Amino acid sequence: MFPKPIERAAPATRFGYNIALPVALVLWLLPLLGVMMTSIKPAADLTAGNYFGLPSSVALVENYTAVFENSPIGQYIWNSFKVTIPTVVGTIALSTLTGFALAVYGFRANLLVFFMFVAGNFVPFQILMVPVRDLTLDLGLYDTTMGLILFHVAFQTGFCTLFMRNFIKALPHELIESARVEGVSELKIFWYIVLPLMRPAIAALAVLIFTFIWNDYFWATVLVQGSHALPVTAGLYSLNGQWVAAWHLISAGSIVAALPPVIMFFLMQKHFIAGLTLGATKG
Amino acid sequence: MATPVVMPDHMAPARKSWWKVNQRWLAPWMFLAPGVFMFLVYVIFPIFSSMWISFYDWDGIGEATWIGWQNYVELFDDDAFYTSLKNNVIWLVLYMLAVPAGLLIAIFLNQNVTGIRLYKSLFFFPFVISQVVVGLIFAWFYAPNFGLLTKILAWLGLGDIAILADERFVTYGIIAAGLWPQIAYCMILYLTGLNNVSPDQVEAARLDGAKGFRMLWHVIIPQLRPATFIAVVVTIIGALRSFDLISIMTDGGPYGSSRVLSFYMYEQALSEYGFRMGYGAAIAVILFLIMMVFISGFIWKMIADERGGR
Repeated sequence: MFPKPIERAAPATRFGYNIALPVALVLWLLPLLGVMMTSIKPAADLTAGNYFGLPSSVALVENYTAVFENSPIGQYIWNSFKVTIPTVVGTIALSTLTGFALAVYGFRANLLVFFMFVAGNFVPFQILMVPVRDLTLDLGLYDTTMGLILFHVAFQTGFCTLFMRNFIKALPHELIESARVEGVSELKIFWYIVLPLMRPAIAALAVLIFTFIWNDYFWATVLVQGSHALPVTAGLYSLNGQWVAAWHLISAGSIVAALPPVIMFFLMQKHFIAGLTLGATKG
Repeated sequence: MATPVVMPDHMAPARKSWWKVNQRWLAPWMFLAPGVFMFLVYVIFPIFSSMWISFYDWDGIGEATWIGWQNYVELFDDDAFYTSLKNNVIWLVLYMLAVPAGLLIAIFLNQNVTGIRLYKSLFFFPFVISQVVVGLIFAWFYAPNFGLLTKILAWLGLGDIAILADERFVTYGIIAAGLWPQIAYCMILYLTGLNNVSPDQVEAARLDGAKGFRMLWHVIIPQLRPATFIAVVVTIIGALRSFDLISIMTDGGPYGSSRVLSFYMYEQALSEYGFRMGYGAAIAVILFLIMMVFISGFIWKMIADERGGR
């Protein structure tokens, strides 16, 4: 293990480490802690210039209810769910299929198709922006959650295919071979043999895609305008324009918007990190 | 004589086995079809379509006029384009700090004391939050007069600096905000990498008297190469994709001094300054070509791994 385990160090070093940990954490999260503190301050504190001291009273309930009452943030959050959840389902459906095809079959165009997905996944969004916006307009889906979902599903399939393909490749191939010898059809091999083994990969991708799509801002501004379909990231931007200097509301709104992926992360931490660090260990 | 009797018997399995014979090469394409279709329509085709649009003068609604290379000619004489390009380079260079910084924090946290798992999660926290929220948090952190950073600078006797309103500092201020989640990302990659470092090699090196920085440099970092590769890839992509923070924190200002190519493209194609789709597409093509240099590098390395690995 590197570095040397702290338990084997001198008592003074151990003590120092135990002090340094919380100090480093507070410094690291300082901006976030500040915003959390601001979000529970009464408006009077801000006008009185009390930006960093402790709140004079805890206005947690007031500020957070004000955010929901004075703005369509509830609608925005609902829209985010309406975009995020179908995207997760659609992406996983498509990428288990493509990942299976690319991992199991050795056809000639295999690597070509695989690298199309990988390379496409890295392109800058701006090169897609004008045509995708036009396509969405032509389909009559501009300013709808469906327009966003279709694009997100297509784009995220690139990354997820890479993930699924590598995951299936690591499964024992004899499983598939022996099923073929038994005469099991390809579709049944996929459905009854491979798919049940993919649960960890599906869980990892589900949390990752949920977070990516929830946090998407660019496409939300390009493909949506009205608050009936606006996800919370883009919604927060427009609220920021309305609540000039009402930092207690902006802070509370930011925390509300950040909460769903944060909860998701803490509930599914193991899967989330497994997904994110794919490939970080294999030589 | 017996043929008529045998015939149907033969026919039946022969017809059934067409699928049996062909499913091995047909099946992959059936599995691929929906995903490949969506990807072609929404990602691959639009890339070429954008290149095509970049040769037109088009407001997005009316008739498009073919103007050849004129958008590119205009671009090479556009000060805003060079400002954006320069900022992209600054982003790219400074964003790479996330890689060593992430490694440093990962080493700091790679211990087995009580509660370390919670510490690791909390250090990772910034990555989970949306960039919009990160942007708002830092806008507040930098706010002139009352922002926490302003207070700290004043306390250090450095005077009042409005980072986001000052052309000299604005890009660096936004990059610092971007580094926050990016360092967290690199940290988690390295924590996983450190977890898989071979203990035997570390012990052997320790017996040989290696420790501290020499150990890190000669024994640990070589074993972390896969993590480093991914950290570099995601950091380069992240730097060139920077858009959200700029849009939230400064909207490209002051006087367009914090624009990068991705933001300038959006501004030209879709903002209140008018819909210049062709010009925007030309900017996007340049950004794409810059990105392509890196993408080809990654793909080339991945193909080499594919060939060598299996």
